[in-house]
Amino acid sequence: MNGWSGTIARINLTTGAITKERTNLSDAALFLGARGLGVKILSDEIDATIDPLSPANKLLFVPGPFSGTFAPSAGRYHVVTKGPLTGAIAGSNSGGSWGPELRYAGYDALIFEGKAEKPVYVWIKDDQIELRDASHLWGKWVPDTTEAVRAETDDDAKVACIGPAGEKQVLIAAIMNEMHRAAGRSGVGAVMGSKNLKAVAVAGTKPIKVADPKAFEAAVQAARKKVAANPVAQGLGTYGTEVLVNILNQIGSLPTRNFREGYFPAADKTGGESLKATLLVRPKGCFSCVISCGRVTKIKNPKYASEGEGPEYEAGWCMGADCAIDNLEAITKANHLCNELGMDSISMGATVACAMDLYEAGLIPKDEAEGLDLHFGNADTMVKLTKMTGLREGLGNKLALGSYRFASLYGHPEYSMTVKKQEIPAYDPRGVQGIGLEYATCNRGGCHVKGYTIAVEVLGQGPNLDPRVITAKPFWVKLFQDVTAAVDAAGGCIFGTFGMDVGDYAAMLSGLTGVQYTGDSFLQAGERIWNLERLFNLKAGFTKKDDTLPERLLNMPVPEGPAKGMLSRLPEMLPEYYQLRGWDENGVPTEKRLEELQLAGELVGA
Amino acid sequence: MAKVLMIHPDKCTGCHNCALACGFRHEGSFRPAAARIHVFSWEREGFSVPMMCQQCDTASCVKVCPTAALHRAPGTTLVEYTKAKCIGCRMCTIACPFGNAVYDSFTESILKCDTCGGDPACVAYCPSHALEFVDDNISTRTRKKTFASKFKEAFQEA
Repeated sequence: MNGWSGTIARINLTTGAITKERTNLSDAALFLGARGLGVKILSDEIDATIDPLSPANKLLFVPGPFSGTFAPSAGRYHVVTKGPLTGAIAGSNSGGSWGPELRYAGYDALIFEGKAEKPVYVWIKDDQIELRDASHLWGKWVPDTTEAVRAETDDDAKVACIGPAGEKQVLIAAIMNEMHRAAGRSGVGAVMGSKNLKAVAVAGTKPIKVADPKAFEAAVQAARKKVAANPVAQGLGTYGTEVLVNILNQIGSLPTRNFREGYFPAADKTGGESLKATLLVRPKGCFSCVISCGRVTKIKNPKYASEGEGPEYEAGWCMGADCAIDNLEAITKANHLCNELGMDSISMGATVACAMDLYEAGLIPKDEAEGLDLHFGNADTMVKLTKMTGLREGLGNKLALGSYRFASLYGHPEYSMTVKKQEIPAYDPRGVQGIGLEYATCNRGGCHVKGYTIAVEVLGQGPNLDPRVITAKPFWVKLFQDVTAAVDAAGGCIFGTFGMDVGDYAAMLSGLTGVQYTGDSFLQAGERIWNLERLFNLKAGFTKKDDTLPERLLNMPVPEGPAKGMLSRLPEMLPEYYQLRGWDENGVPTEKRLEELQLAGELVGA
Repeated sequence: MAKVLMIHPDKCTGCHNCALACGFRHEGSFRPAAARIHVFSWEREGFSVPMMCQQCDTASCVKVCPTAALHRAPGTTLVEYTKAKCIGCRMCTIACPFGNAVYDSFTESILKCDTCGGDPACVAYCPSHALEFVDDNISTRTRKKTFASKFKEAFQEA
């Protein structure tokens, strides 16, 4: 077998039964792997209306066919499940070496079902899969868990695990691998915690075979050259993703004070250039990466002393400008805490920003603040709340619900800057119109990476569009969403698309698997995946009214800065987007389009 | 002039492209265990070090090899491996102080760096120039030894 490994392992945590199945290769050819194969399996196997934290939910770990090969920047795996933060399809991917290791052990996917009676972890060494007691690991933070599991299994094993946040079913909990890499969004860590599954350790020694080694290597070499020559990819390697702070601030679209403003005067203190000059130890690359945007960082100041990775741009923003905080040490410390406790740093920082906003508006009573100064700009409070959330202590027990539920507790959900209850990221949709349409329509809720039009709206890629206009934006949003779904499904990192196009991915995938893809058929695989995710959400109860943005972005103009006076024009873009997708006016895929995408019959029950 | 592989651990990002390219060049598939170069990463500290055969001048593996399957190639800096002569005794894997001679049960042979015949795949695929293939002159040797002595100290401490 070439490209795919051919085996899927199913682990029933209720019964302890471990079974192995053949990978359905026609599904694999249509859905590639990772996010695609994951949503196909999840859609087939669960009722979309279930409670995400009940044993009826399933938790899938799925690498892509590229994972474990030297396809550039393409060693990722996807965690696919129904997300407890959103109630929608969750697809959170992560780099590092965990996904490739699972391929070397011989698996295209792991499917976890049910719920273990007491804490367990899973140890996979090639063909052997073992469920082990994890009672002694329960409560441990991510780095200690990782080291303890490695000590009990194999020193070179790759470990994915949850920290206290996942155990306590914090709704913004992440799954962490190799300590610092996160399958971060939508609360996938809470699903793992709900199943009493503490960790999955993997070591593998098997080969990934290649259909046409010469063609594959030629395609890889051509693709590598393009990424290496791309100025954005180069910038990411030099300054990390935090390079974006100043870029977005300059166009007045760095959301500040919970999206009340779009310009943060002190932004430079929190950007990639400052990080490089102060806390950066060295850049780090995920498996098979040619960019190395990862940041190994160390804080020497005793107040925040810490070693770890990050922050990325999104964390640097939400713990920085969004909270009006300009202390890079505090931001980095809070980011390290998110990794150590196992939490999504985006939702964490944005939830703190929401709390500060509510507090300043007088909507959180002083006695509920437990002595903390919740005003915007208070770095210590932000760091403390991060830890309290991961451990569900005090006010953290409420923040653990994410900003939508938190703000609702105080009667003001409109203070939550979320789509489908998931915190939206670091690009103000009033100043950058296309990304607002992506936030509103993304299948996993508020998210930038699944349709990163910032590349063409802000970073000068391709046609270099004006971020402030809406013309052609629905076309570009759809295109980026479809490309990204395919790249995700293949196991690629979205940053590889700074340089590579669909033709490059298709050539690599054809050489690897022996299934012949063209740029068009690769892109169509992405559209197929996007539509299947949409159908899952429709079955879960989502409707057109959920494809929207927080009111603040639609009705409250940016008060100051380069984007002054602007609003998101989402309502004008949405109908055109539905039309381009081949969906009806209610955002439901037409049978005709589903047939074209080889998804006939999937609409049943939607 | 003969060339040698030089490692710069300070530039290594831990991406494993070298090991992937090495295994692929030798086997046409991806099996890091089959690579002649291995990258070790310390997760907590975020530090990675690639390790491969140093082609020692006075090579322990050559000394202990009973069949001369491992031997110095005349006129080069290479320690060569001839599989046909190998009896699989694995003495070399014990003798190499770095652990850089590895027995692979999958192919029933010793895996060690052969510099891909003078065009090492690991160097071609390293995106951060942590690996170089350079002239074996005195300056590079000195630099190599500086690094090697650091490892030696680290290993002796550990």
